[in-house]
Amino acid sequence: MPYVTHSDAERSAMLDAVGVSNPDDLFDIPESVRFDGEYEIEARSERATRSTVEGILDESPDLTEFLGGGHYDHYVPSVVDHLSLRSEFLTSYTQYQPEITQGFLQALFEFQSLVVELTGLGIANCSMYDRATALGEAALLADRVRATSGETVLVPDAISDRMRSVLENYTDGPGIAVDTYPTTGGTVDVNALAERIDDDTSMVYAATPNARGLLEPDLDAVGDLTDEHDALFCVGSDAVALAVLEPPESYGADIVVGDAGVLGLPTTYGMGLGLFACREDFLRQVPGRLVGTSEDAAGNRAYTLTLQTREQHIRRERATSNICTNQAWLALRAAIHAAWLGPDGLVDLAEECVAGVRETCERIDALDGFTAPVYDGHHFREALVDTDAPAADVVDHCRHAGLALRTVEDGDTERLAVCVTDTNREQVDALVDALAGYGGAA
Amino acid sequence: MSQEGRERADDEATAPDEAPHQQARWYAGGQYEPLLSEKSSESVDVDSSLPDDLTRDELELPSLVEPEVARHYTRLSQMNYGIESGPIPLGSCTMKYNPSFTEDVAAHPGNRVHPLRADEDKQGILHLLYELQETLATIGGMDAVTLQPPAGAAGEFTGIQVAKAYHEANGDDRSEVIVPESAHGTNFASAAMAGYDVVELPSNEEGRVEVDALEAAVSDDTALLMLTNPNTLGLFERDIEAIAEIVHDAGGLLYYDGANLNSLLGKARPGDMGFDIMHFNLHKTFATPHGGGGPGQGPIGVGEDLAPFLPTPQVREAEGGYETYEPTHSIGRVHEFMGNWLVLVKAYAYILRHGDEGLENVSETAVLNANYLASQIEYDVPYGPFHHEFVASANADAGDVAKAMLDHGVHPPTTKWPEIVDEALMTEPTETESKRRLDDLAAAFNAVAAMDEESLAETPTETTARRIDQATAARNPRLSWHALDE
Repeated sequence: MPYVTHSDAERSAMLDAVGVSNPDDLFDIPESVRFDGEYEIEARSERATRSTVEGILDESPDLTEFLGGGHYDHYVPSVVDHLSLRSEFLTSYTQYQPEITQGFLQALFEFQSLVVELTGLGIANCSMYDRATALGEAALLADRVRATSGETVLVPDAISDRMRSVLENYTDGPGIAVDTYPTTGGTVDVNALAERIDDDTSMVYAATPNARGLLEPDLDAVGDLTDEHDALFCVGSDAVALAVLEPPESYGADIVVGDAGVLGLPTTYGMGLGLFACREDFLRQVPGRLVGTSEDAAGNRAYTLTLQTREQHIRRERATSNICTNQAWLALRAAIHAAWLGPDGLVDLAEECVAGVRETCERIDALDGFTAPVYDGHHFREALVDTDAPAADVVDHCRHAGLALRTVEDGDTERLAVCVTDTNREQVDALVDALAGYGGAA
Repeated sequence: MSQEGRERADDEATAPDEAPHQQARWYAGGQYEPLLSEKSSESVDVDSSLPDDLTRDELELPSLVEPEVARHYTRLSQMNYGIESGPIPLGSCTMKYNPSFTEDVAAHPGNRVHPLRADEDKQGILHLLYELQETLATIGGMDAVTLQPPAGAAGEFTGIQVAKAYHEANGDDRSEVIVPESAHGTNFASAAMAGYDVVELPSNEEGRVEVDALEAAVSDDTALLMLTNPNTLGLFERDIEAIAEIVHDAGGLLYYDGANLNSLLGKARPGDMGFDIMHFNLHKTFATPHGGGGPGQGPIGVGEDLAPFLPTPQVREAEGGYETYEPTHSIGRVHEFMGNWLVLVKAYAYILRHGDEGLENVSETAVLNANYLASQIEYDVPYGPFHHEFVASANADAGDVAKAMLDHGVHPPTTKWPEIVDEALMTEPTETESKRRLDDLAAAFNAVAAMDEESLAETPTETTARRIDQATAARNPRLSWHALDE
């Protein structure tokens, strides 16, 4: 039996101290609900456990992925693992005793500062589960601060089903309606949005890069529209793209949500790190945890979780969110990664996300039977590709070459999506070769 | 720490620019690490291949070479306390030692799989998801499990959404969720988030659910009763079958908050007690590291009638392997993908390592440890007998008691909660503390119990920071290094 904490002698002494002869006597459970069956889980040695679980994991083939779609892979420097896995970080609890958790609090404060710099907004919390739940929380915040003026959240018609589904679970309770506005040519149709937005709109969401990989060109016009209608403007983005993009605050974003897991977190079956930033006016409405500075009794600067009266453990049913455990360790990893890159490295990584997809599209477009990208504009990491052949057949063909691509329902058309980052850029040759060799493309 | 040292630390705190290359200092308490932004701040002109109107002019961030990055975070880790530093007997948190081998399993290359691969290209992932969901269903006595919710609170919200969808599908309009006063704050917040009115249920003199009060509280409006069992006082709700009957007779459902499941492994299953929905806290019961506040994972289990409402996708066996599918009445998604995958992997490894006997030993030892520690401390411990945790009543401000315990090199218990105990010290040692550690913990409790209020108020003195002024932090919020210049 693994991990036996006490020797027999110790166990006996403890049983004597509590006055029972067997630990089972301490269980105050009525016989009628006792479990007398077996789970039928066989214990294993550490070595055997590793080999069992790793054997299961090895059942997935090794493919080069060009998938994207909300989960992006960048190279994570080795130092991120080595530092974040230090047990003082990894095995610590939430910082409710700040005097002995100054290290983690400072790291989270530095993460918040990174997000503030990237978004231009005054407040960033220290994590959300992922970008989809961050969007859900944004809709709830908008509902609270615009309670008298609107009940509808507008999202682009191209938003992924996954994002929309999470949002609809979050908006279901308060009865917020989720509705779409049109995109034209792959990006926000400002005129159509102007037609659609009204005084019942509590929030408008737009992402850049958007679901098709395009950078939105007219977000300042969206910011003007939301101002006119007293609606909040929520921008979705990510921690790498924002290194080069205009800070959303400058064109009127009230909230920025998105993915900070593009830093510090490699491909891990969709594990995420949500970022959430907003204007300072919403300070007391922010969901999640906030780290602030204060002083200790010796007059030294010290860090602490703050404004906890917003949170569930104090405010219960009137809390700004039910969030408790979130993604602190991943925020630490993102902060380490950003520190290692520095501003130059972060900008270079973002530029590679522009150049990689641009070059890949140029090469695919030169092939017979392919059009890439489908939409004119500037892309970031990913783009849609049109094929003369059924897109699903092209995906199957590439699969045989060891390459994973996906199809996207884009309006009424099934298209290919291609995502290129620093970690698969060297395999673009193989991708272009596979596409060029596709028999059905002529 | 010497007075001279304090003053030096103070100088550095207020004037970091004067000591840009400050080295770590080794006298007790004199630890201070400048912010990254104080070590280096570089404003770079963003020269992008993108058009000017899309891009920022400059980006201002710290820029450090790798050795300095390593030193910064190593230093920060030295100013942090984890389970490998010492015990963390926080009630309701189940902060047990995390077996290190599960980190190796999480680092295996087979985890590097994108969620949007086709089913046939991620069989390893689906196989593990299937095995884990079936294993958790067995442990919980449930019919079906979704692994998607990314934390315990997210699991609560998911479970409540499932209950709501179930009631709606039955044409049943119910507006209330009943929650005992001793419940976790998340229960109240999750119910409210799902649009329900929360009805608070008082405890009886034994610290358990007052059955008569429950009878009075249930009605045609009752969607759900949320219970933690054993409850936050460490007491098993002995009337659970009567409670279940009352709720079910009223047409409501019974929800099990899994925060305290660590005391039931091999002994009892929520499904057998009449619970319809439950969540598991993998980062508690199944030892995945807490990471300073996440990632966790909060899968939910449900009975047969509720399975069609679970989030999508679910995993099932198919010819030659496994496939994903959408349950017929699915509530949709609560996370963009499948929550925190690595937590699932570590929890599965932990479960396989233990097996039936090992898991039962976990609960037996956790319960023995809690009762032993309770018997060794001089504070008044009302209620009992306990399962995995107990709540002592401090003879002074529980917050002060906690700070004084820090000076004994241990993390204090959860304080001032649940509120039904005066100046509560909610204590959960877990099964991974040895008798010697428990004796040390008891000695720390007892040394602090002997202190007067005046000396308690002076603590802590042996920590990285002295007592931190929370009120100032809230009154004058400075939440980023940008705000420090203001």
